[in-house]
Amino acid sequence: MITTQHLTKRFGRVEAVRDVSLDVREGDRYGLLGPNGSGKSTLVRMLLGLVYATSGSISVLGEPVPRHVGRVLPDIGAVIEEPAAYPHLSGRANLRLLDAAGPHGSRRTRRRRVDEALEQVGLAGIDRRPVRAYSLGMRQRLGLAAALVRRPRLLILDEPTNGLDPRGIRDIRDLLTGLNAAGVTVFMSSHLLPEVSALCTRIGVLDSGRLVLQDQLASLQEPTGRVLVSTDDPERAVATLDGLVERRDGTDLVVRSADPAALNARLVAAGVPVRSLLVQRRSLEEIVLEVTGAGSDQFGVPGEQS
Amino acid sequence: MIAVELFKLVRRLRTWVSIALICALPLVVAIFIAVTHIAPAPGSGSAFLSAVLNEGQLYPAAALALVLPVFLPVAVAVVAGDSIAGESSAGTLRYLLARPVGRTRLLVAKLVAVISFAVLAVVAVTVTSYATGVLILGPSRAAAVGTSPGISGSIAPGAGGAPTAGLQSGASITSLSGAPLTFLELIERVLGAMAFITVSMLGVAAIALFLSTVTDSAIGAAMGSLAALVISEILVTLNAASAVQPYLPTRYWLAWIDFFRQPIFWRDIQHGFEIQAVYVVVFLAAAWANFATRDITT
Repeated sequence: MITTQHLTKRFGRVEAVRDVSLDVREGDRYGLLGPNGSGKSTLVRMLLGLVYATSGSISVLGEPVPRHVGRVLPDIGAVIEEPAAYPHLSGRANLRLLDAAGPHGSRRTRRRRVDEALEQVGLAGIDRRPVRAYSLGMRQRLGLAAALVRRPRLLILDEPTNGLDPRGIRDIRDLLTGLNAAGVTVFMSSHLLPEVSALCTRIGVLDSGRLVLQDQLASLQEPTGRVLVSTDDPERAVATLDGLVERRDGTDLVVRSADPAALNARLVAAGVPVRSLLVQRRSLEEIVLEVTGAGSDQFGVPGEQS
Repeated sequence: MIAVELFKLVRRLRTWVSIALICALPLVVAIFIAVTHIAPAPGSGSAFLSAVLNEGQLYPAAALALVLPVFLPVAVAVVAGDSIAGESSAGTLRYLLARPVGRTRLLVAKLVAVISFAVLAVVAVTVTSYATGVLILGPSRAAAVGTSPGISGSIAPGAGGAPTAGLQSGASITSLSGAPLTFLELIERVLGAMAFITVSMLGVAAIALFLSTVTDSAIGAAMGSLAALVISEILVTLNAASAVQPYLPTRYWLAWIDFFRQPIFWRDIQHGFEIQAVYVVVFLAAAWANFATRDITT
């Protein structure tokens, strides 16, 4: 659905995106992670034809971008950083106006499509109040609704849950999961790890403009060969397991073992009361921190335009 | 897209406030003249103003002369300067372009909206000032009859449209050349002047539109184009700058007065149309070249 090859963007002397080759496949829920200033937004803007690449190539929905970006954009719904709307108009008027501005927005079905999109994002009840009076969360939902009005095949969402409360975040996650199940490919960028972890099937990690990691989330989170054991009798457990315990923290043990069932049987046989037993997997946080350096908002690292 | 831009124009409060202000200026002037019965002496003051006490129907021409130098260009510059820069700083530009709206299409639609605004403003001034002239300054008593010789004293045809044209007070509407104008002719001439003044605004509109693609500050774009106008208006009056004067955007701004001569004196009017066309072509091309290749990072 999206392929970039050796994509580079320089703003003056700053390289915002360096040699990025990523691919997003049909049906993916792809999460592009990276600290602030790592080039996520620049990358997203290049995919949409807003920013022109210095070198490299982009293909979206099978068409070269930016050359034929006008052909593919009608099939794409996008949220690009903060949502934006004409503040003196109502949310509905904004969606209708944007729909009327471009192609593939049939006038006949406009009212219905706009109402459906508003319902999808939980704004079915909005009245004629101007957007000026909306809360940040409502604006974010409206921005997502604008992306959904033409029932896109591909959603490109830059920080789509900024400014949402926990309930809003879950609503959007459920919505995106549902759309994805119905065949919509989702590409989102975020610096919020839990959000990506909960939603995405595949991740890419940007660090200082480079794509330092891209893989299925499930294979990145393969078991580490360690099991976390919690017991009321840690001494006996340590004695039983003899040498397999890597770390002990009160009643919690980190045990080297590839077979949790066998480990459990051994502990039970030795009379160790096991309270819980958990196969250790790396968290997304560990994965990301391992491959990234310091963020550009930290002192001493040259900043980049995001 | 053009319909969308026009919708945005008419749904903005600013549009109507600025048009109301433009219309208010001639109204205020008319009230002062009507109350005091002191009109500028023929040949002094703003064009046509000396005649309006007797010829209320001429007030649209006087009103256009009042709003032309400052009010109208300021309003047009604000609207044109806001066109791209305003969308950019509000963040709506990226959503329009991702909708997708082609960049060239967007520029054209913005230009059409700006022209529509100028037309709207000129029509509003003409209509309200006609009403003002007839109601406050009194209806013309005998349009199209009688002649008064020697009217064009202060204006020699082709003198560059000195802003001091006046009609000699008399009982009939007369052209600046002294020959009488029928009411139908007067309407024709006013329509011609309206068209010319609207076109005169296109140069500043094109400059502001270009600047609007360069900066994200709507006010900066508007101010920049107004600065260009001020420079032009100063150079037009400067003898030392006579070499560049034919190419200045405001050089033929006052040529619309020539519509009120009998017969119409076309030379400067034609030059005026031409110079505006040149400014529009040059600055639209520059705006397009800049905008079509620009990274949208706001």
